[in-house]
Amino acid sequence: MAATPLPLEVRNIKKRFGDTEVLKGLSLKAHKGDVITLIGASGSGKSTFLRCMNLLEQPDEGDLIVHGEEIRFKQTRHGREPADWKQVVRMRARLSMVFQGFNLWSHMTLLENIIEAPVHVLGKPKKEAIEQARALLERVGLSERADAYPAQMSGGQQQRGAIARALAMDPEVMLFDEPTSALDPELVGDVLKVMRDLAAEGRTMVVVTHEMGFARDVSSQVIYLHQGLVEEAGPPDQVLGNPQSPRLKQFLAPKY
Amino acid sequence: MQDITLWFQDLLAGNLIFTPQTLGYYWEGLVTTTQLVFLSLVIGLVMAVPLAIGRSSGRRWISLPIYAYTYVFRGTPLLIQLYIIYYGVVFFDGIQETFLWPMLREAFYPALIAFTLNTAAYTTEIFRGAIKATAKGEIEAARAYGMSQGLMMRRIILPSAFRRALPAYGNEVIFMLHASAIASVVTLMDLTGAARFVYARFYAPFEAFLFVAAIYLCLTFAILYLFRWLEKRLLAHLKPA
Repeated sequence: MAATPLPLEVRNIKKRFGDTEVLKGLSLKAHKGDVITLIGASGSGKSTFLRCMNLLEQPDEGDLIVHGEEIRFKQTRHGREPADWKQVVRMRARLSMVFQGFNLWSHMTLLENIIEAPVHVLGKPKKEAIEQARALLERVGLSERADAYPAQMSGGQQQRGAIARALAMDPEVMLFDEPTSALDPELVGDVLKVMRDLAAEGRTMVVVTHEMGFARDVSSQVIYLHQGLVEEAGPPDQVLGNPQSPRLKQFLAPKY
Repeated sequence: MQDITLWFQDLLAGNLIFTPQTLGYYWEGLVTTTQLVFLSLVIGLVMAVPLAIGRSSGRRWISLPIYAYTYVFRGTPLLIQLYIIYYGVVFFDGIQETFLWPMLREAFYPALIAFTLNTAAYTTEIFRGAIKATAKGEIEAARAYGMSQGLMMRRIILPSAFRRALPAYGNEVIFMLHASAIASVVTLMDLTGAARFVYARFYAPFEAFLFVAAIYLCLTFAILYLFRWLEKRLLAHLKPA
């Protein structure tokens, strides 16, 4: 089958911080259009797993294959490192990340934030990038805030801006690291709506989240992590609707 | 124009101290002070940028020598540094035969070298602090979006660090202006040198030094105003709307 390569595949990722093994061999395959949600209690390793996917954390073991290209590693005194940083830069440009803390660049306006990486990393002409950025701002409902600085925007606006920044890279896969956890409850809806729209149009996404409603409605696969291992995985009806392990049952039980 | 000249002559009439001649000294002193401070600040700033980057480096063989330099120059009085350079330079064998001698023989260049090295040390530390204070998340975002170390430094870290450093750097500029007064002890006729001359000639400390103090005050206000304007423009992003 001469199919297009998988957007993202990770195999048997292991990661330890000092003496604690945080990830004990995690794998994941994202097909085009998949929305994979990672759930689990804090400390289960879900954010670390996500951060290993674009090498913000260096996995100690395991393979990472982005768009059919396997990332090469080498052993150094300090542990395992990518052998070719150019390859990492190329790979990161295919995966864009949305952070819990938004992490917009504070000295740039929203528009400048969005065109920054397309212009300076991908080498896109500035004029084209600005046109694209304006279209994206309209999509996320922030057309009037193009010239605002991050400090002048609400958390929900910043996060929608950060999603526009991620989209401007034309990423193959979008990684979301608890995108709504730092938001006031009344702002969560706007961000989730943008994410639902993205899922509906067939974006490939890996999402770490505590929003069970989003996981249930949108994901094609839910992975429940516990202490660095997959405890249960599968379609949302099965994992969230009919959980098998007692731990997952407890995790999903209404808290109040 | 003629009105002003007349007004001026009127003002100076009968004044024994502030004659056109002494005012000429003050004017030359102002020019010297401005040149000295401006040049040392500009050269010091240019030196401080790469030094601050090196000082923030994780590699100790880069950061430690720079730390030693800033520690020595911030840890000793500027006057002593000036003495060492001004009086010490002749003891380098053969320096009198080099093309540098005509310059080093003057008081201006040793003073410029001392001031430049001093302000570069302080500015390096100001910038290093600002670089270190870059939000971790912003650096992470830059990495996640495929920026190389160099691009990240150029586009993300330095532009935001310079803005953060602006208020502290404004203080450093004013400090340098005031510190430049010590250049007069190595015979340089800067503003303070002119004031000392006028004082010695007329034995009129209040006139000589209050006048020069007023000039320093005016210069300080000009610098304050410049930095306030810069901060308004460049730090707008830190203010919530």
